Amino acid sequence: MSAESSPKIVIVDESPIRAAILEEGLREAGFTGVVHISEMQSLLARIYALDPDVILIDLENPSRDVLEQMFQVSRAVRRPIAMFVDQSDAASIQASVDAGVSAYIVDGLKKERIKPILDLCISRFNAFSKLQDELDRTKSALEERKVIDRAKGILMKVKGLTEDEAYVLMRSTAMREKKKIGEIAQSILTASELLK
Amino acid sequence: MTTPLHIGFIPLVDAAALIIAVDKGFAAAEGLDVKLVREVSWSNVRDKLNIGLFDAAHLLAPVAIASSLGLGHVKVPIVAPFNLGLNGNAITVSPALHAAIMGEIEGDALDPMATALALARVVAARRKSGAEPLTFGMTFPFSTHNYQLRFWMAAGGVDPDEDVRLVVLPPPYMVDSLANGHVDAFCVGAPWNSVAVDLGVGHILHFVSDILVRAAEKVLAVRQSWSEKNADVLAALVRAASHAAEYIEDPGNRAETAHVLARPDRIGVGAEVIQRTLDGRLKISPDGQRRESGRYLLVGREGAGRPDPAQAAWLYAQMVRWGQTAMRPDALRTAMGVFRPDLYDAAMGHQGKPPGASEAIGAFAGPAFDPRDIAGHLAAFQIGHWKP
Repeated sequence: MSAESSPKIVIVDESPIRAAILEEGLREAGFTGVVHISEMQSLLARIYALDPDVILIDLENPSRDVLEQMFQVSRAVRRPIAMFVDQSDAASIQASVDAGVSAYIVDGLKKERIKPILDLCISRFNAFSKLQDELDRTKSALEERKVIDRAKGILMKVKGLTEDEAYVLMRSTAMREKKKIGEIAQSILTASELLK
Repeated sequence: MTTPLHIGFIPLVDAAALIIAVDKGFAAAEGLDVKLVREVSWSNVRDKLNIGLFDAAHLLAPVAIASSLGLGHVKVPIVAPFNLGLNGNAITVSPALHAAIMGEIEGDALDPMATALALARVVAARRKSGAEPLTFGMTFPFSTHNYQLRFWMAAGGVDPDEDVRLVVLPPPYMVDSLANGHVDAFCVGAPWNSVAVDLGVGHILHFVSDILVRAAEKVLAVRQSWSEKNADVLAALVRAASHAAEYIEDPGNRAETAHVLARPDRIGVGAEVIQRTLDGRLKISPDGQRRESGRYLLVGREGAGRPDPAQAAWLYAQMVRWGQTAMRPDALRTAMGVFRPDLYDAAMGHQGKPPGASEAIGAFAGPAFDPRDIAGHLAAFQIGHWKP
């Protein structure tokens, strides 16, 4: 795709990592004119100045409402439309909302040119949230291990148990009370704080 | 068996009836298992309602109408069987603009005509001195805030599209934008006006009840197709919201209401600020001056919950006046058909306008509003896009 025919794409996203992931994907796919806006101050003025063909914005961004002003009788030269205006493609609307992204497209840009941009956007957004989930899970697993280790230490000291015995005690208590071992460990920490 | 429902809301005090319905058990008592989903933009609420991710939503009344007419967006017929709030917005101005208006005012500062005329003189003086036009923030193109600001300033001779700038700002960004001079004033719902006053960056110039006595603000919105397939569930939801509204209006429950709304997953600001709004007792200037009004925000009282199609007609007339759509009799009928007192009556088991309801609209300027003659009504106003 030549530079002239590559549509100008603006990514409005306060998450620099997600924007970078998306931008990289778009460039790899041959979309060279990509600009990232992370600062929401004077958003509309900046967009008018850039005059993009496509605007991509994450759904967690309150400034989506600011973009809706583009549909008003405005002094802007070109009139953008929201991707949701085209009801013919319900599946891709659903997919993009699930992925957490919305697109605004300048009227006149052909549908077959939008589709690859949107598809790419959806898959990169999904990849990002998967990464985020994994990161969150790893973080909480690490946290839980720390809590269990500290609770083990307390049991060993207070009850004179070995490390294995302390762990077995927590595990059997968890099974009996139908709770997670992390929760039992947390109660031990809380109790020991209170009894200090 | 309980019916699971997903309902979207924006963290504002006029979502109170929905939040209390869920958190104080009124929804459960009606056999509903409601999951409230906090959203960050009206666009998200609208889109998620439209595509069915939400069964119902806390929605700007004009968005429900715009969606039903397909204005600016995809056309999805919406019905509103319950009003979540009447009034509730305020116009807040920066200390500098406040001083400028007070320097020009002739008459009572609570009289919106006096302030609008003073604003016109401030605007004229700025133009003469070559200063930038004043910028006003509001929440959405199809919002009561947009129309209330426009109605007020136009009455004083200020053309909202020529003489000043109107910009959309998400409510949580309003206060910052006023503090850093990005806007000179804004019209927004609670609690943001009070937050600006508390921080010393704004003066509340008007409660919107100064401009319109009775204005539909947020509605409980559902897709029309959904309402037809789930009539019993909808009736149960209307009753739950109505019982919650009654609970909120009892002064004895205000502190508890404010406490529940203040939670981080609900509105997430201090309970004291929320209670001020519910009580209609607001601090209006940074020096601590207070103002009380029985009309600041109506959640249920004076028959506020029952949708009034005349309100929908007024909102449609504003869309026409400001060039968002053309005047068409069928569109007016569609707009009025969004507000469904019949569904409210069916759910509540009573009929007709509740006693004690104040006059619909009751604007401070122009002739009394008559939904049967919108053209005649609009012809009385000089400023606007629509010409007879």
